[in-house]
Amino acid sequence: MGTVAVEEEQKPATWRDGKRYAWLLGLIIPIAPFVAWGWVELTGLGIFWWFGPVLVFGLFPLLDVAIGMDEENPPDSVLKWLEQDRYYRWCTYAFIPLQYAGLAFACWQWAHGDLSTVDKLGLAFTMAMVSGIAINTAHELGHKRASNERWLSKVALAQSGYGHFFIEHNRGHHVRVATPEDPASARLGESFWAFLPRTVVGSLRSSWELERERLARTGSGPWTARNDILNAWAMTVALYAVLIAAFGWVVLPYLVLQSVVGASLLEVVNYLEHYGLLRQRREDGRYERTLPEHSWNSNNVASNVMLYHLQRHSDHHANPMRRYQALRHVDEAPQLPTGYAGMIVLALFPPVWRRVMDHRLLEHYDGDVARANIQPRARRRVLARYGAAA
Amino acid sequence: MARFRCPVCEYVYDEQQGNPREGFPAGTPFSQVPDDWACPHCGVRDKVDFESLDASSPSAP
Repeated sequence: MGTVAVEEEQKPATWRDGKRYAWLLGLIIPIAPFVAWGWVELTGLGIFWWFGPVLVFGLFPLLDVAIGMDEENPPDSVLKWLEQDRYYRWCTYAFIPLQYAGLAFACWQWAHGDLSTVDKLGLAFTMAMVSGIAINTAHELGHKRASNERWLSKVALAQSGYGHFFIEHNRGHHVRVATPEDPASARLGESFWAFLPRTVVGSLRSSWELERERLARTGSGPWTARNDILNAWAMTVALYAVLIAAFGWVVLPYLVLQSVVGASLLEVVNYLEHYGLLRQRREDGRYERTLPEHSWNSNNVASNVMLYHLQRHSDHHANPMRRYQALRHVDEAPQLPTGYAGMIVLALFPPVWRRVMDHRLLEHYDGDVARANIQPRARRRVLARYGAAA
Repeated sequence: MARFRCPVCEYVYDEQQGNPREGFPAGTPFSQVPDDWACPHCGVRDKVDFESLDASSPSAP
């Protein structure tokens, strides 16, 4: 095609993408159940069925520290070329067949494998890591204009049953990010365990409302196959039905477990992305527009490779449709002390989280706690504790 | 028939085409789109932030 040749010419010969082949390493996640099985076979130790959580909560945080940071940005002149290079798209597409091969394999193990109950639970947690990070893959695909990528996004969400995510995230979260109205923006003084039910219920409600409004404008009620939440959930129902038909009811409790834990993994990432950050209201009552300072960022290489540059979150919110390989580090953005993988672990322990994060948030607001997004229930306590710092 | 562009992404609301998926049939004037309607592609900016693409007509309210 002629156009390809033109695009090719825009690539400066001097710049090389250092992460180009690293993106393939992200596929370690969907192949995790096979790797787990390999270690179990090799060593005879059932404990290796827990490989997934060890990888995400143990190995990646260590790799983040060991490998360190990468602040390099692609020069503006190559952004267009970089986004049009289809190789990067295929790195995300490849996730999906591996994801479902792994799920079928896991179901076979739950139904017919020689696994103890603890082993089966370990495999369910490994599948939960795939499920949760598949939501991140769906996130990358769901922001795109192309209908095939949006469809693949729904397919990736089917395993977790979180099909409403791509409605709520694109049309709800991106519009209301870093405001008290956004269920997926965490507040100062709100622990992850308080945030979890609020974001799950709030996002569900909000996504339904968004679809209901859209369909009402077209003159239709919400109970139609054109409802993108319902047709996304239908994929999950069909998927689980096929798996139960093939492997028996025995797989259902494990499917439910991996879905619940997988969705929680996505929500803990939501928790840290905007913790305490707040867009100020303008005089006309609208919120100021979303700026780089409204997202926590990180340049740790290992987590960035696992999560398709999700940690370059400020640029993502400024340019939601920009493809992952072209996302840039932004100097004005508040930086997390380590990568998302390590921060996920900290978030599970609220006293540790507060100790690590609250003073960083305060420094970001020059000690003025009133500029933060504060949990209403905790407002008095938070002001008493941090108000004096101003 | 006027056209209005989201200042963040390349999405253009063309009154001639409307946006049937969003509930605005072809020919729906931009003035009938609610003010708090967010860009259907990026979600970063709202209708009131859109820029008019036609030099002759005034920019979006």
